[in-house]
Amino acid sequence: MQVTVKLFASFRTGRTPIEVCDYPAGTTVADLVSERGIPVTELGIMLINCRHVHLDRELADGDIVAIFPLLGGG
Amino acid sequence: MSRLDAYLTGLAVNGLISTSCQLDASLHFDLTFAEVEAAILGLGLCPARYQRNRQTIPCAGQLALLRSTVAVIGCGGLGGYVIEELARLGVGRIDAVDPDVFEEHNLNRQLLATLANLGEHKVTAAARRVCDITPAVALVPHRTAFSAENGRELLLGATVVVDALDNIPARFQLAAVCRELGIPLVHGAIAGWYGQVATQHAGQDISPFLCGPGVGAKGVETNLGNPSFTPAVVASLQVAEACKVILSLGDAARGRMLVLNLLEMEFEEISL
Repeated sequence: MQVTVKLFASFRTGRTPIEVCDYPAGTTVADLVSERGIPVTELGIMLINCRHVHLDRELADGDIVAIFPLLGGG
Repeated sequence: MSRLDAYLTGLAVNGLISTSCQLDASLHFDLTFAEVEAAILGLGLCPARYQRNRQTIPCAGQLALLRSTVAVIGCGGLGGYVIEELARLGVGRIDAVDPDVFEEHNLNRQLLATLANLGEHKVTAAARRVCDITPAVALVPHRTAFSAENGRELLLGATVVVDALDNIPARFQLAAVCRELGIPLVHGAIAGWYGQVATQHAGQDISPFLCGPGVGAKGVETNLGNPSFTPAVVASLQVAEACKVILSLGDAARGRMLVLNLLEMEFEEISL
C-alpha cells in the first residue's frame, strides 16, 4: 500500500520532509516513526488524513500521515 | 449628567482626553485612574493613549477590555510579551503567575529581563513594567507556580486565561482547571523556529493536542532552545486571540490549532 508521510518543523532536519512510501499491510505509525529514527519523547501531534491518531494505528492505502514534534517551551 | 461627566466632556478635544487631564480628574474627584478611564469610555470618549485603537476597537470594546481580567500563567518568554501587549491594549486586570527570578539565560528573549533585574522575581518586574505603561491596568503578582491545588483560586474571576507555561504537565493541569471553571484558555508553546497557538473555549478540550505519546515534561525546545522572535510572534497571536475572546469579535481559532514554522515561513492548521 502507498502512504504519504509528511514531517514538520525540526523533524525535517536530515530527513525527507514529504515522501510517498510503499508499506506492507499491518504497518503502524510507530513503524514509520521508528524507521525515521524519531525519538518517541520528541513526538507531538500525529495525524492521519487530518485526524488525530496514536502510535499503534495501522495504516491504510492512500493515507496521508503528518508528524509534528512536541513543543513545550514558553 | 454627573459633575465628573460634565468635567470630562468639557476637557475632550476631538473626543480625546489626555493622560494629564485624566490624572487631574482622578485627583479632583478622588477616583482611581482606572475609574476615570471607565467614565471617559462610558461617555463614548477616548483616553488619548488609545486614539490609534479607535478604528479597531471602539470605545465600548475598550471599556470591555478595561473591565476584563486576564490570568497570564508563566511570565517568561511568552508571558513577558503577553503582559506587555495586554497592558498596552488596556485590559483592566492582569493576574501574573510565576515563581521564578530572572537569570542570565533569559536575556536572549524575555522582554522583561534586563541586566538590572537579574535575580528579581519575574512577576515583580512585570508589575513595575505595567505601572510604567499605564496606571489604569492593575497587575496582580502571584509569586507561585500554577498547580492543580492552587489553580482554581488563581483563575477564579478571570475572563480569559493565557497559557505561557514552559512544561507539559502544568499545561495539562491548566487546561483541566479552565474546563472545570468554563474559562476560555489561549494556549501557546514554542521551540526554536517553531510555535503553536490554540484556543480552548468553554466545553472544548484541547489537551490531547498538548502532548505526545512520551511521558516527558518538555518538548524539542530542550534541544532547540528559543530565540528572541519566536516568543514574540506566538505571544502576539495569543493576545490577538484573547482580545477577540473578550470582545466576541472575529474568528478565534475555534477547534483548530495553528502551527508555525518561521524557518520555512509555513503555517499549518490542524483540526482539533
